[in-house]
Amino acid sequence: MKKLWITLTYLVFIILLIIPLIRIFYGSWAEGWEGFIKALSRPQSLHALQMTGTIVVLVTLINTIFGVMLAIYLVRATWLGPRIKQFLNSLVDLPFAVSPVIGGLMIVLLLGPHTVIGSFFEDSGFKVVYALPGMVLATLFVTFPLMVREVMPVLQEIGSQQEEAASTLGAYSWYTFWKVTWPAIRWGVIYGVVLTVARSMGEFGAVLVVSGNIMNKTQTATTLVYQDVENFNVLAANSVALVLATISIALLLLMEWAKKRKGH
Amino acid sequence: MHIEVNQLNKHFGDFHAVNNVSFTIEKGRLIGLLGPSGGGKTSILRMLAGLETPDTGDIVFHGKRVNDLPPQERGIGFVFQNYALFKHMTVFDNIAFGLKVKKQPKDQIRERVMSLVELTGLKGFEHRYPHQLSGGQRQRVAFARALAPEPQLLLLDEPFAAIDAKIRQELRTWLKDMIERLGITSIFVTHDQDEAIEVADEIMIINKGRLEQKGTPWDIYKNPQTQFVASFIGESTIVSEVHKLKGFEDASSWAGTKALIRPEYIEVGKTSEFKIISATETGRIKHIHFRGSEWMVEVQVGDVTLITYRSLEKEVLHPGEEVNVLVHRAYLFNDTDSWIMENKLKEDPMPVHI
Repeated sequence: MKKLWITLTYLVFIILLIIPLIRIFYGSWAEGWEGFIKALSRPQSLHALQMTGTIVVLVTLINTIFGVMLAIYLVRATWLGPRIKQFLNSLVDLPFAVSPVIGGLMIVLLLGPHTVIGSFFEDSGFKVVYALPGMVLATLFVTFPLMVREVMPVLQEIGSQQEEAASTLGAYSWYTFWKVTWPAIRWGVIYGVVLTVARSMGEFGAVLVVSGNIMNKTQTATTLVYQDVENFNVLAANSVALVLATISIALLLLMEWAKKRKGH
Repeated sequence: MHIEVNQLNKHFGDFHAVNNVSFTIEKGRLIGLLGPSGGGKTSILRMLAGLETPDTGDIVFHGKRVNDLPPQERGIGFVFQNYALFKHMTVFDNIAFGLKVKKQPKDQIRERVMSLVELTGLKGFEHRYPHQLSGGQRQRVAFARALAPEPQLLLLDEPFAAIDAKIRQELRTWLKDMIERLGITSIFVTHDQDEAIEVADEIMIINKGRLEQKGTPWDIYKNPQTQFVASFIGESTIVSEVHKLKGFEDASSWAGTKALIRPEYIEVGKTSEFKIISATETGRIKHIHFRGSEWMVEVQVGDVTLITYRSLEKEVLHPGEEVNVLVHRAYLFNDTDSWIMENKLKEDPMPVHI
């Protein structure tokens, strides 16, 4: 009985994960190395990958700083009442509960060219929706819980006594953060960064709604794959997908390593 | 450092954690804050450190009000209950932390840390991490770390709570010697009366957020000023109808008065062991327990069970045996007053009414 279940698990694993991966690999190599390179060196491919790269870097940076900050406030701040903390805490999980497409839609409805805020930005020459800022915002919305949820339990676990000890020894908050808090939460943050990178690289729905998917302008790697599939350009779709999948696997390995270090 | 605290109050929500506490502490004294858990001792300590803000009241160090000073500026050392050592730093770096914050020159830091390492008997352990140390060693690292920036006041929160009994004894003596040698004003929190009596120059008894009594351990033992102090310090039995005991008949003139009798106020033994039999009660041994260095005896007198100790040198008593019981004195209290009453028959060798 046990053996049957183990076999079944492997079977599901192979059908759902391994076979598609192999398919992507073969699909991108259907015309050999040349076809793969050709598909990737199309201007729209290069632009889309670059776009994804930009979004990943910006989102990871912003999410790391604000995620760690919010985690610290939610765990440590005594000036926030318990009710407000509870409310903020449940708000953090909102992106987990809400579909990314709806997240993107909210941004369009709030900051689109026909809204008050949107037209204000537009008038001052700063386009939000159907441009990079909107796409970064949409990806931020989706990835926001990842960092907070990684760092909060670590902060709770180490408690505030080490920080209090540092304050009685004359250290102010910035010094205490870098010398006492940071070394304790470092691996949690790295784990959060890996998750954020992976998630923002693969984000599709929210970005699709916000970007309008304009080729060579607001197209990301994932939306390009979508478009290539729509155009029956399977080879190109496979090639871009392979690049994304390879990076994802590398990230997963990095994550495993970070997780192991976190335990120490 | 001379410390003065006036009318200190602290609430946590509806809970009145510290209630109108005032005291002064002379420079160089070692003070024990003693009381049951949740009584507000740690809150007082944390307010002195600046880790907690009082609702009302003043904290004055050296004649200067420090309420608005952050912990960084108060010149205190704090030893936490669980030591709160920096986990990712070696013993050396832990002790050096307060000196590095002050940006002292490296060789000076090294010198000071090494002298503290020597002083606390941690030589050879400088490069270990906290998780590689025993409880007692961690405690000493925490102590050295708190002392490194040369604080004027040392605050210790339950410093021995997390250490096993045998080493605790050693550390108590060690800490007392160390603090005496350094001459630093120190306050420690404990819920263990033996610890407070043994280590402190002066004890402050804290209960339900109030300061019940402040004085030397002997003072507090001899003249408890409230019922709580009397029952908290030492062991005791509460007797509600004390006028039924021989020698305490006068107690009946105060209605509603109860008595608190300590084991050491009671003598128990065979008739031949007493000089003045008339002052003794007869009782029956209920249980005896061997306590390592003496017997603990439960004796039934009328409808009261009294507890006392008996030397191992004396003849062994057995349960069920009839014995004489002499109550030397009792601590009497009622709703308004409390006082100590001696056994009046014991005072008078030839009582008239016999």
